[in-house]
Amino acid sequence: MPEETKEFWRWSEKVWRDESIDWRGSRAITAGIDVGSVSSQAVILADGRLYAYHSTRTGSNSPDSARKALNGAMAGADMSQEDIRYVVGTGYGRVNVPFANRAITEIACHARGANYMVGPSVKTILDMGGQDCKVIRCDEKGKVQNFIMNDKCAAGTGRGMEVIADALGVPIEDIGRRSFEIDEEPPPVSNVCTVFAKSEATGLLKAGWSVNRVLASYCAAMAERVSSLIERMSVEPDFFITGGIAKNEGVVRRIERIIGIEAVRLPADTVLDPQIAGALGAALFAHALLKKEQKASAQA
Amino acid sequence: MIANYGYQDGSGEYYITIDTDRCIECEGRWCVGACPQSLFVIEADDYDDEVATIAEGARKKLKEKCAACKPAGGHESLPCIDACRPGAISHSW
Ligand code: SF4
Ligand code: SF4
Repeated sequence: MPEETKEFWRWSEKVWRDESIDWRGSRAITAGIDVGSVSSQAVILADGRLYAYHSTRTGSNSPDSARKALNGAMAGADMSQEDIRYVVGTGYGRVNVPFANRAITEIACHARGANYMVGPSVKTILDMGGQDCKVIRCDEKGKVQNFIMNDKCAAGTGRGMEVIADALGVPIEDIGRRSFEIDEEPPPVSNVCTVFAKSEATGLLKAGWSVNRVLASYCAAMAERVSSLIERMSVEPDFFITGGIAKNEGVVRRIERIIGIEAVRLPADTVLDPQIAGALGAALFAHALLKKEQKASAQA
Repeated sequence: MIANYGYQDGSGEYYITIDTDRCIECEGRWCVGACPQSLFVIEADDYDDEVATIAEGARKKLKEKCAACKPAGGHESLPCIDACRPGAISHSW
C-alpha cells in the first residue's frame, strides 16, 4: 500500500449553516464569493442575515473554485444557484466568477465584512491574504477611506506560511502555538521571501536551531514585514485582522507587540471566521445592490 | 478615498497616492494624457464614482515605469503631478 504523504500546509476547510433559518421564507438570497490565490470562500445571506458559508482551497481555475465554494455553502440546504438573486465576486479571481452580477475589489469587501463582524468601531483592517497583504482604513459604515497594498511578493502571506509548514513538517494550525514554545525570542529570519524560506529554514535546523525557534523566527519576520506597511498608514483602533493568517497567533501577537496596539478578537463562541470577511463583505454588497435594483424597478 | 498603489522592496518604497475624492469632480482627467507610460486609468470604483486608478499591470513595476520621469540626478517636477490641477497625486519616492 502506498504510504500516505502528509500535507502539513493543509488548513481545515470549513462549512457552516444557520439551521434556524428557513431560506425559503426569505425574499432576498444573495451571495458573495471571494476567489483568493490560496483559498476561496462563499457566503450566503438570507434577507441580509448570515445564512451559510464555505471556505475551501482555490484550485487551478477561478471559475471552478468559485463554483466549488458556492456549492459547498449550498450543500445540504436544498438550494440551487437559481435561488440566489444577486452574486458579487471579489478577490484576485473576482473577474473570473462567471455567474457574478458584479465584481467588487477585496479592499471594499474586507472593510464591509470587518464592519459586520466587529461593528462600527472598526477603523483599521489588516488583510493578510494568500499572496498579498493590505491595510485598509474605513469609516463607521465600513466604507473605505484609505488603503495600501503590498502585492510585490508572497512574503508575509498565507502562501509563505504554507511553505514553512511543509518545510518543517509542522501542521499549519500548530505554527502559532509552537512559535511561543521557546526559551527566548530569536531574531527574525533575514529573508521572508517564499522562494528562499525553505532553504533558510533547513539551514537554521542544520545549524542546531529547534523547529519551534525557526517557527518563531519566521513568524517574527512576517510580523515585522507587515508592520512596516501598517505603520505607513498609522493605525486607528479598533484594529482587526482578516484573512487566514488572522488565525495564526504567532504572527498576530508579534504584530501587536511591534505596533503597540491589540487586534480585536472575535468571541470564542462566534460562528464568524476572519477568513470569510471578503466573501461576507461581497454578500453584503450583493444584498444592498439587489435592494437598489428592486427599488429602481418598483419605481419604473 | 486615499488610494496607495505600489509596493516596498529591498531598495525602497514605491507608492503613487491618489486622493480619489478629488477625481469625482475633476473635469479634465489630465493625468491620463500626461503620463508617458499610460499609468492612469479612469474607472468606476466600488462605490460607483469615476476616479483615477493605476493600471493593474503596472502596480508592481512603478520604480521601472516612472524611471524616465525621475532621472538619477533628481527631478524638479513630474508630468502627472503637474497636470493634475486638483492636486490629487503624490509619489512616495
Ligand atoms: S487629473 Fe487628478 S483629479 Fe483628475 S482624474 Fe486625474 S488624478 Fe484625478
Ligand atoms: S512619474 Fe511619469 S511615468 Fe510615473 S506616473 Fe508620473 S507621469 Fe507617469
